[in-house]
Amino acid sequence: MNISAILQSSQRAFPVGAPILELDSISLRFGGVKALTNISFNVLEHEVRAIIGPNGAGKSSMLNVINGVYVPQEGSITLRGERLAGMKPTDAAKLGIARTFQNIALFKGMSVLDNIMAGRNLRMHASFLEVALQLPRARREEAESREAVEEIIEFLEIEHIRKTPVSRLPYGLQKRVELGRALAAEPKILLLDEPMAGMNIEEKQDMCRFILDVNDHYGTTIVLIEHDMGVVMDISDRVVVLDYGKKIGDGTPEEVRSDQNVIDAYLGVPH
Amino acid sequence: MTTGNLSLDTFPKLLMHHSGERGERPAIREKSRGIWRTVTWRELAEEAAALAAAASARGLQRGAHVALLGDNRPRLYAAMCAAQWLGAIVVPLYQDATADEIASSIESAKVTHVFAENQEQVDKLLEILPRCPTVRCIVYDKDRGMRHYKQPELVSYASLLQQGRQLAAEKRDFLQAEAARGTGQDSAFVFFTSGTTGPAKGVVLTHASLIDRARVAAATESLKDTDVAMAYLPPGWIGQNLFSYVQPMVVGYCVCCPESSETMLADMREMGPTYFLATPRVLEALLTQVTMRMEDTGGFNQRLYRAGMAAAHRIDAGKTVSLSDRITAAACSLLIYGPLRDVLGMSNVRVAFTAGDAAAPALVTFFRALGINLKQLYGSTETGFFVAMQRDGQVKPDTVGPVADGVELKFTEQREILVRSPGMFKEYHRDPETTAQARNADGWFHTGDAGYLGDDGHLRIIDRIKYVGALNDGTAHSPKLLENKLKFIPYIKEAVAFGDGRDMVCALIDIDMAAVGRWADKRSISYTGHADLASQDEVYELIAEGIAKVNADLAQEPALAKSQIHRFVILHGELSPDDGVLTRTGKLRRGVIAERYRALVDAMYGGAKEVRIDVEAGHADIKVRDAEIIGHRQIRSAA
Repeated sequence: MNISAILQSSQRAFPVGAPILELDSISLRFGGVKALTNISFNVLEHEVRAIIGPNGAGKSSMLNVINGVYVPQEGSITLRGERLAGMKPTDAAKLGIARTFQNIALFKGMSVLDNIMAGRNLRMHASFLEVALQLPRARREEAESREAVEEIIEFLEIEHIRKTPVSRLPYGLQKRVELGRALAAEPKILLLDEPMAGMNIEEKQDMCRFILDVNDHYGTTIVLIEHDMGVVMDISDRVVVLDYGKKIGDGTPEEVRSDQNVIDAYLGVPH
Repeated sequence: MTTGNLSLDTFPKLLMHHSGERGERPAIREKSRGIWRTVTWRELAEEAAALAAAASARGLQRGAHVALLGDNRPRLYAAMCAAQWLGAIVVPLYQDATADEIASSIESAKVTHVFAENQEQVDKLLEILPRCPTVRCIVYDKDRGMRHYKQPELVSYASLLQQGRQLAAEKRDFLQAEAARGTGQDSAFVFFTSGTTGPAKGVVLTHASLIDRARVAAATESLKDTDVAMAYLPPGWIGQNLFSYVQPMVVGYCVCCPESSETMLADMREMGPTYFLATPRVLEALLTQVTMRMEDTGGFNQRLYRAGMAAAHRIDAGKTVSLSDRITAAACSLLIYGPLRDVLGMSNVRVAFTAGDAAAPALVTFFRALGINLKQLYGSTETGFFVAMQRDGQVKPDTVGPVADGVELKFTEQREILVRSPGMFKEYHRDPETTAQARNADGWFHTGDAGYLGDDGHLRIIDRIKYVGALNDGTAHSPKLLENKLKFIPYIKEAVAFGDGRDMVCALIDIDMAAVGRWADKRSISYTGHADLASQDEVYELIAEGIAKVNADLAQEPALAKSQIHRFVILHGELSPDDGVLTRTGKLRRGVIAERYRALVDAMYGGAKEVRIDVEAGHADIKVRDAEIIGHRQIRSAA
């Protein structure tokens, strides 16, 4: 893997740009439980942004807020300068935000190809009737989508399992298929919820390479949650650290690594 | 057919000929992004011409060497022909070769231009670039991940082709002249042979010798331009090269490149090749797959399969055939073998060859029993590959068939096979001394194989001459024969037999991880990995059972009864070419193996029950077990 070279290279194909997503003073409560308290950070275009933190720190809640699954009681989300209020997951998808899930959420009985094709849903506009009758627009869209999906299949090196039902695949490959489905929507921002959880070292390395390749090849902005510090530090441009629903650190991997608050949260503080 | 046309003596001339003759017919198909894409002969010729124009502008000269590093792709073959168009000599390398192996070939051939498939290959080349100052230009095909590479030597295939297309129009006369300048006596390829001993040697072959061999084979098998072949073995191996470049160039048939090695079976099923080349290793893998599937199937299917197999064996052996055998065989062909051939993608196969290493007779018989016309082929890189081949209707499983047209054979007292053939290599690259050792002044080449010609005119191969030895009691010992019998057991992937200068035969066994893994799953035997599974007592029993059967088989033949395998160990890891114990085509490097596993061999002969050896992560305890020996008394009582 040539990760550091890619990151350090000033000749990045899609140089990190202006903020694309801004979260301002987000607070989220479930009844009396404070899941997130007053969190602000931004995501720059084309960067790989990680959210880390111990279990229960609020990482997944954060992702769900960006994704529109939860609507925060306070604070605002701004996407490309436009304030989003009361956004639903479909709205997020339409705005170019795609995601993967911590516990894989694929259609188990369907083939890899069909699963990734499902990710094209929002890119197809033919009506139910048009599809049923195989009218020209439906067929054209189907062909275009298939072409896009085949490109992703090649990109993720899963040609050999194209027709295999997802339930028969090992965990690591299922994760890769899920990434493929998210990519099929051609997202501007890709949210990855623990993409490397439960993987062995080799699978993790593969996944790292694919994440960086996606960022490098398609210019996709990536927001990922991970609790494996090592992995995150290797592939991220900037890292946000959460603990008990609060932001305790934000910066480059080097800055975060040497931040006393972060060290305390991860290693514990003597009382 | 183009046979007999004397002016078509080089590959570029043949390509132009096909472009005119059958321009719109498919030359190469490639499955890419889920769809088979066709390159016609006209398109292939145009692409090769354009590349030649661009390569010439980048300093490629007549007589220079061009290395190819990648999998079977239309672009690889176009590059091959483009280089030869300019009179350059092509050096196809194994795509999975290590950087060091590549470096030694490139240094030895003084390669100036390299065509590499992708970033992985480019990385290897850039690593060795400082050691290979002759390399001036590296062309890469797939641009994924290549954006950050700024080395001046690098150029993408696409941009080279684009330049070439512009240049080709201006340089039309130059290209015509360059193609016309080539003659059949020019060197076409340098193949670096796997070499089971010592470093790889560069075998130089001319256009004429390869075209001659291809024409002979095409005439013998009546190949037509409607035939279809698969390109799936390493293009650095002469066998694949002959089947996917030389013969299509001569006959005009179509070659199909699968999407990847993992999708090969499915892709093959889609294309339905009619002309097929496999190595014994590939066939063994297929056999294991079929056997495994059959074991998973229901009782009726299994019984029918066994009965049909037995009947087909009797029919193929040419013994008198009973009516019931014929009926069983016909029923099985309809109910089981037809669908099985279809699953293997071999429904349309008219002619299949196994080459590259000796195939066990049982292996050949198995595929023939399935109704696949699999035949043995004998030859080496030096002899232009087609030396002897089995003919339709007279296939004897223990022979490699009569000699091919134009080939003369002679035998030394040690039964070494000497060959003289129009397909003979020109020389070992820059090594006149070795060339003279291998081929005498009269043109007889020492193959290093022991064999003899039967009364029926069929050639029988014994083994590599230096491996034919004897046990201490004087019994002749040919390890290959024993190993092939062992490898016929689906759970054994690779076996290495020892016995020369010893009192008895012992063997190292490398288990087939997929087959044994599946067997273990069914019996709920838990294991963590290869090493763990290989050390389980149950697995030792499984293998011991298989060896006992082989021993029983050996005991039947008086000449082999003493070659029964007495003791064995199961290796903790796979034998792999990356460790240098196999060649890139999967042949055993006995010298290296004997050295590497000396402790195990000593333990087997020393009578130890267990031996500790050093491995990458610490050490491993490896068990040594006895196999059941069938004595003469037992045979008699059984009889």
